[in-house]
Amino acid sequence: MAKARVKAPKKAKAGDIVTIKTLITHKMESGRRKNKKTGKLIPRHIIDKFTAKFDGVEFFSADWHGAVSANPYMSFSYKAEKSGEFQFIWHDEKGEETVKKSKITVA
Amino acid sequence: MTNMKVEVLDRRQFVVAAGAGAAALIAGISGANATPEKAMALMTKLTNGGAAKAMDGKIKVDLPEIAENGNTVPVKVSVESAMTADDYVKSVHLVSEGNPAPEMASFHFTPASGKANAASRMRLAKTQNVVGIAEMSNGKIYMSKTQVKVTIGGCGG
Repeated sequence: MAKARVKAPKKAKAGDIVTIKTLITHKMESGRRKNKKTGKLIPRHIIDKFTAKFDGVEFFSADWHGAVSANPYMSFSYKAEKSGEFQFIWHDEKGEETVKKSKITVA
Repeated sequence: MTNMKVEVLDRRQFVVAAGAGAAALIAGISGANATPEKAMALMTKLTNGGAAKAMDGKIKVDLPEIAENGNTVPVKVSVESAMTADDYVKSVHLVSEGNPAPEMASFHFTPASGKANAASRMRLAKTQNVVGIAEMSNGKIYMSKTQVKVTIGGCGG
C-alpha cells in the first residue's frame, strides 16, 4: 500500500535530541469529499494511528483524524542514549500496517 | 462515618458547580471569540473535564497567519518542559473550531522524546481558531488558541 519515507539520523552523540521526519503516501480520504460524477460521498479511509518505537519501546505516537492532510507528514524528536533501531508504524483504518525501520549508532 | 460521606459528596458537587461557573466565565470573557459547542465538548472529553481549568502559556502552536490552501496547513507544536521521568508532557491535542469535525490530531510524548515538539500538516475548512491543549504528567493543562485565515478551504465539499 502506502509508501513511507523516514529521515532519521544514522549517528548521534549520547544525550543528543535528534529530530525525525516521516512522510507516507496516503489519500487520507476524509469521508466528506464527493465524487464529482456521481455526487456520492467517497467513503472515509484514513491512517488513524502513527507509532514510533525504539528497540520495541514506544516513545511517540499520534492519533490522526480527518483533519490530517493527504500524504501525512510527521516530525518529532527523540533523545538518543544508545545505539539501536527505530521502528515506525502507520496503522490505517482498514487494519493495514506499514512499517519502516532505521538504525542509529550512538557514540 | 455517614457524616464523612455527606461531606465528600458535597465537595464533589461543589467542584462540579465551580467548573461550570469557570466555563461560563471564560465563555463570557471571550465573547464573539467563544469556542463553538462542538469543539468545547471535545476539549472537555479529551482532558477528562480539565479543559475548564486550563491555564495559558507553556504550549505554542505555530500556524501561518494566512493559509492560502486549506488542504495542507503546516502546524508545529512545542511545549516547554524538562521532559524528565517525573515531569513531562503527556499529550498535545489539536482541536479545530471551524472544521466540520473538531478532532484534528493528538500527539503523545514520553520522557524519551527529549523535547515536546511535533510538526505535521492539517486541513482547515475555513478561517478559524485552532486550539492546542497540552496535558502534563502532573495533571496540569495548558491551552493556546491561534487564528488562521484560510483562503481556500480544505475539507472537500
